Amino acid sequence: MLLSIDLFLVIEKLVLIIVVVMASLVIAMYATFAERKVAAIMQDRIGPNRAGPFGILQPLADGLKLFFKEEIIPSFSSKFLFILGPSLAMLTAMMTSAVIPWGDTVTLFGREIHLQIADINIGILYVFGVVSMGVYGIMIGSWASNNKFSLMGGLRAASQIISYELAMGIALIALLMVTGTLSLRTMVIDQTDGTWNFFKQPLGFLIFLICVFAECNRTPFDLAEAENELIGGYHTEYSSMKLGFYLFAEYINMFISSAVMVSLFFGGYDIPILNDAHAVEKIGQNWMAVAHIFMFLGKAFFFVFLFMWVRWTIPRFRYDQLMNLGWKVLLPLALINMLITGAVILFLQ
Amino acid sequence: MRNFLLAVNTKYMKALTNRVKEVDRRPMTLMERAYLPAIFKGMAITFSHMFKKAPTISYPEKTRPFSPVFRGLHILNRDEEGRENCTACGLCAVACPAEAITMEAAERKPGEENLYREEKYAAKYEINMLRCIFCGLCEEACPKDAIYLSETFAPANFQRKGFIYGKEDLLIPNPVTEPEAYAKAKGGRVALK
Repeated sequence: MLLSIDLFLVIEKLVLIIVVVMASLVIAMYATFAERKVAAIMQDRIGPNRAGPFGILQPLADGLKLFFKEEIIPSFSSKFLFILGPSLAMLTAMMTSAVIPWGDTVTLFGREIHLQIADINIGILYVFGVVSMGVYGIMIGSWASNNKFSLMGGLRAASQIISYELAMGIALIALLMVTGTLSLRTMVIDQTDGTWNFFKQPLGFLIFLICVFAECNRTPFDLAEAENELIGGYHTEYSSMKLGFYLFAEYINMFISSAVMVSLFFGGYDIPILNDAHAVEKIGQNWMAVAHIFMFLGKAFFFVFLFMWVRWTIPRFRYDQLMNLGWKVLLPLALINMLITGAVILFLQ
Repeated sequence: MRNFLLAVNTKYMKALTNRVKEVDRRPMTLMERAYLPAIFKGMAITFSHMFKKAPTISYPEKTRPFSPVFRGLHILNRDEEGRENCTACGLCAVACPAEAITMEAAERKPGEENLYREEKYAAKYEINMLRCIFCGLCEEACPKDAIYLSETFAPANFQRKGFIYGKEDLLIPNPVTEPEAYAKAKGGRVALK
């Protein structure tokens, strides 16, 4: 047989996919709750505390509410695209998680399992491809709504993501020049052995961070849904779970891009100071993998918190400020960063 | 012409208050254009607020303490023996600026001495809580210390007629038969007379 696929490999990957997808859904769910709590605490309020102890059932109540709301598809919209929009937003949000290394290897039933759905050697390019597809969900949805406000939101989202993807890509090129690999797994392993990429590329990280904020449509770059000028922006016409999908995709995106940032710049699942080889001898490989996962999630949650922290601090950029920042500041900065990195690498050789 | 006048105005007219702040229209400096210092400053402020105590009072469970002169819902008073003080003189209804109080007087019959303090009493006593402005003039008008405003507030109902409080809603619990409820309803009130 030419195409002999190991059945266990399929099962293993399937389990991994289900776990990762479920985990990111649950995390996104509680990210909505965390957002409200963080907002409340930063504004000297208490926040949702009525549903369950400390309000921990609030996301369930929110989700349930969205499910039971009336599903409205405007008669003047193109129905197929109208449904495709939020589905695409959700799909692309989930797809990015495939290449993220959540931890090192575990040995279960005599099989070595990498805690990563797909270790492809162009991991970063894949992330890039999927993330830039994410805007199609917004664009198609806003276009299909046949509403001026939605269209404006969609246009803004599209132009914003084009502007910031450039700077983001160039910031990443500098990083790739330093690491010499496109595989996220290799990158994390390199960082575990050496220093974190953040210390090699601080400016690159800053540019990347700002661009990630823009890509996720988060404040201060949430012009696509600017409530006070565009009503709801691209999701003005949406209701029920389709609106829920859009909102949910934003939180999944936030979590996944935090995870990508951690993998790229902050050593992924690497536990700082701790010598991994010693620890593995002490507590065994599987427990070490668990510790790695927690470390990874901890780092990712910090960035999710950062997203929220910034949201409740900074007001929205004006549209011309956004474009100025993207084209006249971040892009040249990223280019200079790339040139300097290249020069330093050449000098060190 | 209008623009010219505006220009003259803004240039020569004196500000009407001393709190006017001139708008700074200088172009941003490099530090300001970098945004990041200001952003970090703002983030430090929001972060410091995470450790501040929220001034929220979780309402149905906790209530804000009122001052003893708070004017809430009315209470029809009884004396120590549990007899109603009200003699239906109508002074409260006359004093009421919102005309929220109506009453009907009746004569006390023999054998009702344990119910009413004096020979005349209010057979019907109604206050329309939607009309009432909680000014407390009824309390001041009353010569018998029969009506006063309590610390209870925020009545809620589904219908307008539910806001017309009758005697059964207004009367204080009997101090002889229900001393605890009486003490609770009376609260920290001290009779003014």
